[in-house]
Amino acid sequence: MQGEGKYGMLVDYEYCIGCRACEVSCKQEHNLPVGKFGVRVFEHIDLLPEKPYISYFPFFTELCNLCRHRVKDGEKPSCVKHCMTFCLKFGLVDELVNELKKKPRQVLWVPE
Amino acid sequence: MSTREVKSVCWCGGAAGCHGGCGVILKVKDEKVVKVEGDPEFPTNGGRLCPKVLALTQVLYHKDRLIYPLKRVGERGENKWKRISWSEAFDEISGKILEIKNKYSAKAVAIGQGTGRIYSNWRARLAYSFGTPNNFTACYICYCPRGSALAITTGGFLEVDCAQFFPDRYDDPRWQAPKCIVIWANEPLRTSPDGFYGPWIVDCMKRGSKLIVVDPKCTWLASRSNIWLQIRPATDDALALGMLNIIINEELYDKEFVEKWTYGFKELSERVKKYTPDLVSDITWVPKEKMIEAARMFATSKPAAIKWGVPLDHTSNAVNTARAIICLMAITGNIDVPGGNIFVKPSFDVLFGERPGFELMPRDVWEDRLGKEFKLTSFFFYICHLPSIWEAILTEKPYPVKALILFGSNPLVAYANPKRILEALKKLDLFVAIDLFMTPTTLYADYILPAAAWPEFDTYRAWWAPLTTINKAAEPPAGEEGPKSDYAIILELGRRIAPEHWKFNNTAEVINEMIKGSGLNFEELKRRRIVWDPWLMEYKKYEKGLLRPDGKPGFYTPTGKIELYSTICHHYGLDPLPDYKEPVESPIRTPELVKEYPLVLTTGDRTWSFFHSEGRQIPWLREINPDPVVEIHPETAEKLGIKDGDWVWIESRRGRCKQKAKTTPLVHPRVVHAQHAWWFPEKGPENLFGVWDSNINLVTDISEFDPYMGTHCIRGLLVKVYKA
Repeated sequence: MQGEGKYGMLVDYEYCIGCRACEVSCKQEHNLPVGKFGVRVFEHIDLLPEKPYISYFPFFTELCNLCRHRVKDGEKPSCVKHCMTFCLKFGLVDELVNELKKKPRQVLWVPE
Repeated sequence: MSTREVKSVCWCGGAAGCHGGCGVILKVKDEKVVKVEGDPEFPTNGGRLCPKVLALTQVLYHKDRLIYPLKRVGERGENKWKRISWSEAFDEISGKILEIKNKYSAKAVAIGQGTGRIYSNWRARLAYSFGTPNNFTACYICYCPRGSALAITTGGFLEVDCAQFFPDRYDDPRWQAPKCIVIWANEPLRTSPDGFYGPWIVDCMKRGSKLIVVDPKCTWLASRSNIWLQIRPATDDALALGMLNIIINEELYDKEFVEKWTYGFKELSERVKKYTPDLVSDITWVPKEKMIEAARMFATSKPAAIKWGVPLDHTSNAVNTARAIICLMAITGNIDVPGGNIFVKPSFDVLFGERPGFELMPRDVWEDRLGKEFKLTSFFFYICHLPSIWEAILTEKPYPVKALILFGSNPLVAYANPKRILEALKKLDLFVAIDLFMTPTTLYADYILPAAAWPEFDTYRAWWAPLTTINKAAEPPAGEEGPKSDYAIILELGRRIAPEHWKFNNTAEVINEMIKGSGLNFEELKRRRIVWDPWLMEYKKYEKGLLRPDGKPGFYTPTGKIELYSTICHHYGLDPLPDYKEPVESPIRTPELVKEYPLVLTTGDRTWSFFHSEGRQIPWLREINPDPVVEIHPETAEKLGIKDGDWVWIESRRGRCKQKAKTTPLVHPRVVHAQHAWWFPEKGPENLFGVWDSNINLVTDISEFDPYMGTHCIRGLLVKVYKA
């Protein structure tokens, strides 16, 4: 078993549609009430000359532990499994860094 | 007790709405669903789930869920009830239905539902078997216009090919990704209607599909598209005719397909001549150059497909709008080819529209249905016209309607002119509502029967999807005395009001009867979980004799071809060619109103968290969308002195309601987008759950009907917006 610091989350925000499945799956998994989030989706709009460009970004909060208990059982974090566009990838940081090199518009997040 | 897992498929049965069909794994402990997860092995969703399903446990075990049958003891709307047993409820209700039948006729009893749900066909069979032609659904403003346009034009139903009928999906070598997908009046990512899982569009984008998006608002898909046509709401008919004009004039159509497989191309060409890019640009507000670019891109990308949405069903020219768009699919030769618009049907024909049991309905009785003047209501779907029911209740014309049996519907928020609907509800001799929660509508019922949710009973799914079972995972709250499945309620009512047609011993026999076309019974099907229909894996079925009952090549239409010119419409005395009509009020049709009502309203944008009027009491869903939102352009808001977050009135000639302004550059400066179906469970029954506060249907219109289907304008209307 790797130490938890070696795991991370790769967000392909080009394909985040802002559906909030990650938010609600996290709430179910960790039984979080209204107002508390393990991940929260933010919207940003760029007014480009041709047309607006909408970006959504899932921000992982201090409450996220990358679903330690699920990972122990060989499962993916709940948000990764349920993401409607498969835009979240969970794994070892070193492997995710390699993934990051392959495609633009991605962000790699690692908890403490 | 340990937790067990039940694999199933979700579909709206009150909870976790939308027509979805996603594979789920339900975790069950002590006969309660404690968790829902996506099933990674299920081909529809591959483990993905939306917020509506993920909040399932908050629906099933909500403190306000209806548990026992209730009988009204106070005045209607007063919320005074007496708990009664199921047998008392069934006996009393059926006694009253039979009394009304004896006093008037079976026609005086209307039996219907809201959106298409698991039990649609069985519920329709209850109406037909009882002998009332007044079988209704929301279908007349939701898919029936597009569906019947498809049926008369092509003889079947079409959907975008996202490899949904192959077990190995996108890896199947027969499939090819559409080169171009036109997303027309649709936000497929937010709901998955009609058997189509919206995120497949993103899957196709990752596989190279380019997008053209036709939408008044810049949606996420529009922002990722090659071409976004920001159209004036409810002018889609003009745009489609304009694109036909360009494609025909520039000879970009598929000459071989048109010659061999279509009927009436010459007449269509004549009709679209007047819809020049200049004229259509003036009508639709879409710049001419962009329209030409889009027409060229669509016509020259092979294969290309059109994914359309329910807004097209929300005008008084709905059928023609759909027919014009179908003509675009047809003349470009994109019908039933890999990556095009393919013919779909329920797997093994185990259900079809509203048809099961229709054979029990005498033809002369059927011809006396309410709204029979809308001919296409009797084509494939076999429904009556819902607005005509409200009028028949109130005016007793053409004959009285005295009883309403309503499954899973909240018309006081979901339909136009709700105050008139309320008057109709109050006038009924018998109003029975079947639902999961008390709503503004159920407050006016004489009896409320609590419905089970989909994880609480066995059923199946086949609506343009492989055949699968939906498996009971847990008991409903309160066991035998608690909520019953709609199937069980229909069976018990059927046994009492039409006993000769309801000889089934239990709902298991009902399900087996429904799926018998597959050659399997429920238990066999459940073991296999998913069964694929080979018909749905075939392309160019028109060449192979797979579309017509006589087995000959061609389409299942009177001419055997795709009827750009509809011989069926000609037969009914309706315009056989698609044409354009302005919405009932608009800057072009009623310019005199623009001074007072300068903005164009569209309604019903889909949200991530709600399916129509469902979900307002579910904490995790309401958190995503806490207030009714009207979107307005920042420049327009500034001119009106409106700030982001202000409560504003949205007012038309018919009425007004209050919603919270969200300023966003994603909408057109002259258009506002107001959410629909809002009510406020937290405001309590003493305030009718705030039914009139933010109800956009106080603003929408029902004064002019589509001559084919009886649809009316709930989009593209004129309003003014001001601070509340």
